[in-house]
Amino acid sequence: MKTKSLIYYALISSIFLFSLVSIWKILVTLQGIELKNFNFAIIIALGIAISLLNTLIGDKLNYIIKSTFFALIFTFIDGYIVQLMPVWYNIGIFGILIFFSLKINKYNQKYLATEHSSQIVVFDFLTLFGIVLFSFVILFPFYMMLITSFKTQAALLINPLDFSINFNQDFKELFKSYFVIFDTYKFGRYILISTFVSVGTVIVTLVFAIPAAYAVARLNFFGKNFLSTSILIIYMFPAIVLVIPLYTVFSQLGLRNSVGGLLIVYTATTLPVAIYMLQGYFRSIPKELEEAAIMDKLNWFGIIIKIILPLSIPAISSVALYVFMIAWNEFLFSLMFLDNPNSFTLSRAIQYLSGDAETPRQYLMAGSVVVTIPVLLIFVYFEKYLVSGLTAGSVKG
Amino acid sequence: MSDTLSKIEKRTAYILILPAVFLVFSIILFPIFANVWISFKEVGLKDIRIPEPRAKKIVKSIKDNPDQLKVIYKLRNSSLILEIRDVKFQDKLPKNIKPINLDERCRVKSNKIYCEFGNWDAKYRENFQILLKSSDGKQLNKKELKTIKPKLTGKSDNILLNTNFTLKNFKKVFFQNDFFDLLSTTFYYTFFGTIGSIVFGILTAQLVNQKFFGRTFMRSVLLFPYVGPVVALAYTWELLLDPYSGTLNNLLINFQVIQEPLNLLGQKYLTINFFGFDLKLRLALTTVIIFEIWRYFPLAFLFILARLQAVPKELYEAAEVDGAGPLQKFINITLPQITAVISILFMIRFIWNFNKFEDIFLLTGGASGTRTLPINVYEQGFTISDIGMGSAVSIVIVALLLIFMFVYFKLIGKRADEN
Repeated sequence: MKTKSLIYYALISSIFLFSLVSIWKILVTLQGIELKNFNFAIIIALGIAISLLNTLIGDKLNYIIKSTFFALIFTFIDGYIVQLMPVWYNIGIFGILIFFSLKINKYNQKYLATEHSSQIVVFDFLTLFGIVLFSFVILFPFYMMLITSFKTQAALLINPLDFSINFNQDFKELFKSYFVIFDTYKFGRYILISTFVSVGTVIVTLVFAIPAAYAVARLNFFGKNFLSTSILIIYMFPAIVLVIPLYTVFSQLGLRNSVGGLLIVYTATTLPVAIYMLQGYFRSIPKELEEAAIMDKLNWFGIIIKIILPLSIPAISSVALYVFMIAWNEFLFSLMFLDNPNSFTLSRAIQYLSGDAETPRQYLMAGSVVVTIPVLLIFVYFEKYLVSGLTAGSVKG
Repeated sequence: MSDTLSKIEKRTAYILILPAVFLVFSIILFPIFANVWISFKEVGLKDIRIPEPRAKKIVKSIKDNPDQLKVIYKLRNSSLILEIRDVKFQDKLPKNIKPINLDERCRVKSNKIYCEFGNWDAKYRENFQILLKSSDGKQLNKKELKTIKPKLTGKSDNILLNTNFTLKNFKKVFFQNDFFDLLSTTFYYTFFGTIGSIVFGILTAQLVNQKFFGRTFMRSVLLFPYVGPVVALAYTWELLLDPYSGTLNNLLINFQVIQEPLNLLGQKYLTINFFGFDLKLRLALTTVIIFEIWRYFPLAFLFILARLQAVPKELYEAAEVDGAGPLQKFINITLPQITAVISILFMIRFIWNFNKFEDIFLLTGGASGTRTLPINVYEQGFTISDIGMGSAVSIVIVALLLIFMFVYFKLIGKRADEN
């Protein structure tokens, strides 16, 4: 056994334990339990002790017995001696300790004696640490969004740290913010408009992009290379430099405040990437199929409908989902073009709500949940398609 | 024969690409050129409304004379700035009605009144009257008369179409607009946002490239900030970071990490005492950069993960046989494999972060030292209502962008030559 490895192992594992316990403490605090201290010194000392004991005991004890033993000691010290905590807090700590003990079980004396063991230990724990930390940092705002939408203004002001939800109250009371945004602020209408614009953008984009992508992928014409390079360059141009001219022209043509105007702009901004993604896929379809079709006297329309489309369902789904997401989340153009509440999209409506300082924050968060849930659901359900769309279209964003 | 075939092919190709090219041209390329045009003009937000001749029609009965009706048209020029030339007026009359004592500018032809009012100056107003009389003795129908709306047409200069140009906007952009402050803020934001998202992308990709329980779930979760709507996420962060009722400040105070709440989005500088030196940290800008990293590292993660999964396992196995530790493996195998992806990512993210508008706009609105060039476009154009200035700032952005792209494609081309 190398001393260096042992020291590294004891330190990094106790820091990992500290981070796990601290995240649990934060979550517990948010349930209204009073906890003023992370007890850094005590937790780290306990962690080092447990890690060292674990290596000392090694395989002399069954690992289940060993883990339970460690967990009980830690829970007793943290939950009864240092501070008196409710049972459910201690159950959580007990679970964390069982998890931790099982993780450190493999670091016995033999393991720590191998070459590079100090590095491997550090990497192992950094990985675990990273997983826990990143999940927490990413999920916390979403968690907060959801919880806030179920609270009342008064409760939020009295104790901003109280994230507990009273499930015993009436269904109508619990979902009050949602009822309010749908009744008073007409969110039902905004959902319809957002859906219409997004789905419309998907359809129009595909109708324009599929023939163009087919031509770029298969046909020879003057200016083809120029076109395919300019597609990417055009895609790099940001919305913010288009805003002023489009605003003036749309104002003069009376296209502002119209959902149709928005649809045109969304289609144009997503077209380049849609063409780029589709033509890449079309190139991978064997040419022989089309040659056979030409023998059968099919024209280009027939070729696209009967051969290309059925074969490229995956690519088309990727493009469709990607475009849907872009259109659903889009904010800048809806801010510029819509100022009549009758034609707001969801994003614009939420921004409009927040413009009024009087709007209670739980309504704002309820609106945010309403606009976020559909994209996240679609994303989780169609992740495979969307990820390929994101990778191809990711120059944008 | 083949000649005609290739001709048909060409024609088909043009038909297929034309709709897409037309749309992209009119919505993306045209505005970019239009920016150049507008940026050399003095145009305010209110000037872009086209002047219109308008008329409000009022029908009145005449007390002593039930056979007659008086119609008053309240005429005006909608614009306060521009004149309208050759105003033409047209209104229809019900069949049994004839006008009497018609104004000399007007004439009647088959139940319609045509008038030519000539030129109207800006703010022009006139009350124009016509007396009407029943031609067959029947009662006059006031309602029917009211429902018919007059039509007016006129020619006016569109302020956007005349050829008066000025360099004023560009002078203002460079000399009266804290231009270098804007530029440096934009570069800070872009550079640190890009670097941060790539660093976290590498870390997370390295994580997810290993096997552990819940790995696919983790991969989805990591992408949440990127796929979520920016409006929802920005407002959630705003509530989270609020100095008084925000969760973060209350947590930090509760656990005694800080004594006073930090106004993370509203405070320009935070002075930190660092070994006796006072360091000034741009607090709001840093917060906005952290949000930016939080939202866009998933993209770097996705790219780098895809690359990592393509690295042959044999490389790592061979390194292990040679006795390399995890750190050496990362430096000698992983890093060289992902440098190409990282350089592409850097350029792409740099360009996009440079143009980022929504995130800062929603979080701080450009206040407390977070004003970047894109925010300035919006401010100039819509808060100060100076369309010309907004366009001029846009032009600066486009010019810088073209330089970045030039560098980018040079580098890509160089890389392609090397391989």
